[in-house]
Amino acid sequence: MPRFLRYLLPLALFLAMAALLYRGLSIDPRFVPSPLVGKPAPSFSLPQLENPQATVSNADFSGKVSLLNVWATWCVSCRAEHSVLMQLAATGAVPIYGLNYKDERPLALNWLQQFGDPYHVNAFDADGRVGINWGVYGTPETFLIDKRGVIRHKFTGPLTRDIVQRELLPLVQQLKAEQG
Amino acid sequence: MKAARKKRLYLILLIVTGVGVAAALALNAFNQNLMFFYSPSEVSAGKAPSAYPFRLGGLVTDGSVKRLANGLTTRFDVTDMDKTVSIEYTGILPDLFREGQGIVAHGKLRADGVFVADEVLAKHDEKYMPPEVAAALKASHDKGVAEAARESGS
Amino acid sequence: MIPELGHFALILALCMALVLATVPLLGTYTRTQSWVALARPLAWAQFLFLALAFATLMHAFLVDDFSVLYVANHGNTQLPEIYKISAVWGAHEGSLLLWALILGGWTMAVSLFARNLPDEVLARVLAVMGMVSIGFLSFLLFTSNPFERVFPVPVEGGELNPLLQDPGLAIHPPMLYMGYVGMSVAFAFAIAALLGGRLDAAWARWSRPWTLVAWVFLTIGIVLGSWWAYAELGWGGWWFWDPVENASLMPWLAGTALVHSLAVTEKRGAFKRWTVLLALLGFSLSLLGTFLVRSGVLTSVHAFASDPERGLFILLFLLLVIGGSLLLYAVRAPGISRGGGFATVSRESLLLGNNVLLVLMTALVLIGTLAPLLYDAMGWGKISVGFPWFNSMLVTFMPLMVVLMGIGPLTRWKQQDPNELLRRLRLALALSVAAGIAAAVPLLGDNWSLGLALGLSVWLVSTLLTGLFLRLRGKGGLRALAADLSARGGRSYYGMWVAHLGVAFFILGITVATQFDIEKDQRMSPGQSFELAGYRLQFDGVVEAQGPNYAAQRGTIRVFRDSKQIAVLHPEKRVYQVQRKPMTEAGVDPGFMRDIYVSLGEPLPNGDWSLRLYYKPLVRWIWFGGLLIGAGGLLAASDPRYRLRHRRTASEGDALAAGGRA
Repeated sequence: MPRFLRYLLPLALFLAMAALLYRGLSIDPRFVPSPLVGKPAPSFSLPQLENPQATVSNADFSGKVSLLNVWATWCVSCRAEHSVLMQLAATGAVPIYGLNYKDERPLALNWLQQFGDPYHVNAFDADGRVGINWGVYGTPETFLIDKRGVIRHKFTGPLTRDIVQRELLPLVQQLKAEQG
Repeated sequence: MKAARKKRLYLILLIVTGVGVAAALALNAFNQNLMFFYSPSEVSAGKAPSAYPFRLGGLVTDGSVKRLANGLTTRFDVTDMDKTVSIEYTGILPDLFREGQGIVAHGKLRADGVFVADEVLAKHDEKYMPPEVAAALKASHDKGVAEAARESGS
Repeated sequence: MIPELGHFALILALCMALVLATVPLLGTYTRTQSWVALARPLAWAQFLFLALAFATLMHAFLVDDFSVLYVANHGNTQLPEIYKISAVWGAHEGSLLLWALILGGWTMAVSLFARNLPDEVLARVLAVMGMVSIGFLSFLLFTSNPFERVFPVPVEGGELNPLLQDPGLAIHPPMLYMGYVGMSVAFAFAIAALLGGRLDAAWARWSRPWTLVAWVFLTIGIVLGSWWAYAELGWGGWWFWDPVENASLMPWLAGTALVHSLAVTEKRGAFKRWTVLLALLGFSLSLLGTFLVRSGVLTSVHAFASDPERGLFILLFLLLVIGGSLLLYAVRAPGISRGGGFATVSRESLLLGNNVLLVLMTALVLIGTLAPLLYDAMGWGKISVGFPWFNSMLVTFMPLMVVLMGIGPLTRWKQQDPNELLRRLRLALALSVAAGIAAAVPLLGDNWSLGLALGLSVWLVSTLLTGLFLRLRGKGGLRALAADLSARGGRSYYGMWVAHLGVAFFILGITVATQFDIEKDQRMSPGQSFELAGYRLQFDGVVEAQGPNYAAQRGTIRVFRDSKQIAVLHPEKRVYQVQRKPMTEAGVDPGFMRDIYVSLGEPLPNGDWSLRLYYKPLVRWIWFGGLLIGAGGLLAASDPRYRLRHRRTASEGDALAAGGRA
């Protein structure tokens, strides 16, 4: 081995490792892409949580920017997220629809009474069928839907003040500015 | 000067051999200590090894957690929303173990198809979904979507 | 208004760093004395602004200013005062600010305590540290501003992660960062020497005390982290081979190699290229650790919230700093002169062996840490590297290290008569083999790993005592010790002595704590007792209790020995108010020879509980050994020769500076 190459060896090893790390960044292990982003929201029609006689469907989303938040009373992280949703609802920036996922009606109603109700209206998805169509695989998840009823962004895991401030609200402003 | 050079060469050769042997040993041991991850679908399809331990992960199915008579053994199901596998674990479950949460278990498959875990991990961060679990869920979800599309097409 | 002041101070600090990294360095090339002289005041100003920014953030936490997003996310009015302070570095942005502050602190310390360094060398060192500072400050300001405001202002904050609400964890990160960032001093000295084009004994002598102090902080930081994991995670483990732990172990291993290699370079002028490479490696691994923890590339129990964008920024920074320094090394290393020669049996050879083993262990830990990433990237499947692998690596290489560790200090520099060496080692060899066999044979101990550990510990202690005897013989025995301690080079020796003694404790602690610990998961009814290793543990039930910011279920377990009560333990299960996170708080009866460790499992029907009971013999020796290692390093760093020789090194320093001009 020529002499000078010997001294380049540490650099070469480092560059190989850096390439691996770069690759590692693009396969963020926690990030699960949603195949639904950019597609129209899957159609559904469910009874309302608050009033079993009335229904909620994806027709409700048309004409305005809205959020669909998937939650359940058995989900601990939803509890952590709840105060953030309450604050977001108080600003009135965007209506929040709830998808109460694989839950029991009395428990869910009790939760809303106890911790406050940030939702415009809740869809009650007892057997989780709609959730599966929406590609939900863990609560909480939040979908951002534009005026034409197309899913534009998906937040996996609880929303935090950080995410709301830095990602969600700017996106909402941007979507509101779009032509309906 | 020549003798010193020779001596140095021997010393370097000795070190290189030693390091080489050590590295070979280490890498050999490395292959034996890798723990591969399998999803409930893969386990149901018989793809997981039955002879040696592996890791299994998924969401704990709602209503599946049961305590056996001796009080310390817990039995529960994990799912990737497609297939489900039962897990038995004797001992104290981690703080964040809950129905609906993603967990990863280390252990071996018993002859009756129950996975006997010697360790159950639910990470300390609630925002965290074990990455393997997330990937397994995504795979089974994609499969479900594909099947639904096929059904509606036919 | 105050948070904006902090933000502004941070921007000013970045400006100082920008000037510090360029103007003094240019001055050394253009020989503009006034530019070179700027380095010192710039270092002070940078630290001043960083301290101001840090104080501002701390103030925001103390007065619960939730208009600051970072405070809103991690502060809380109910948080006890001490955790309001430690919450400052409890998450990504604030801990990065602490990193920057500590870097500023080290920079200022170098400018203050290395006063006898030639101005040009000092200017180069401070400039390199300024460059590192630029990277971290722009990372802070552009991707992770801790002073960002939030509107509307929340009424209550999101609270510090309950896991971090522990006194051990309040001081663990600052210690660790002191170590990580301290490695930058050795790095800066190495780069300055490479830039100047001359590495010699004087360079080694200047950077040695700095390296030692940084390495001591790293040691103590790791020990504290391990102790925190043991006390707080509630399952009695003290090391998990978690990526984040490995991230701190790698620079420590490289730093240990560096500390030893520097000794050779200082005393004998040998290993120069190797030493300089280790200095680059130590800090590179610190930076790599930062990357792994903050980029979300590897998942871990205590990784920070991940953000690929931040990851990309750090990766670019790594490429610049590490890639740039290794390139500089490749260019300059061929020109570095070979040092003094040495025989096959000599202290140099043994230290070379030590270095090879330490670097090998570093590489293996690195491979084990990055392997899951590699497999994922190549699509070979999702894996985790088992605990046993790391452990078996340790068991393979530790004994070799310890054997060398016993021989090294008894060996002469340059050339050693093998027969004389054997005579010196005879007694120690006999003692350790006897002790090892005694513990390993059936009837007596019947445990080969205990035999190995005991043999190695006895080997270390007896060779250390042999060395002490030889050193003090003919000088008046122990009375000479005090004189020896104040003589030049004396504390270096005793520092080594204490640190190596720490290793002996560490080995015994690890072996006994893992081989002889008893762990029982037990169902217990109130009033019931359980026998554990000669202790009787009586469970008195669980009651509700209220903490300052959490609700707890508190168990009571009374520990009896020979029907005499020796301790009352209160393990708890806590739920913190804001994050609703359940936490297990173990009840521990600590002792020098053993710990009794109890944690609550789950409530079972009829008021029964599942409990986890541990008996952990000698577990404290692990940390005690670690602290001794740190104490040894500190003793060595305080050696008077690093201060007394300053006057004399001035001429050598001029030579180094002259080399820069050549």
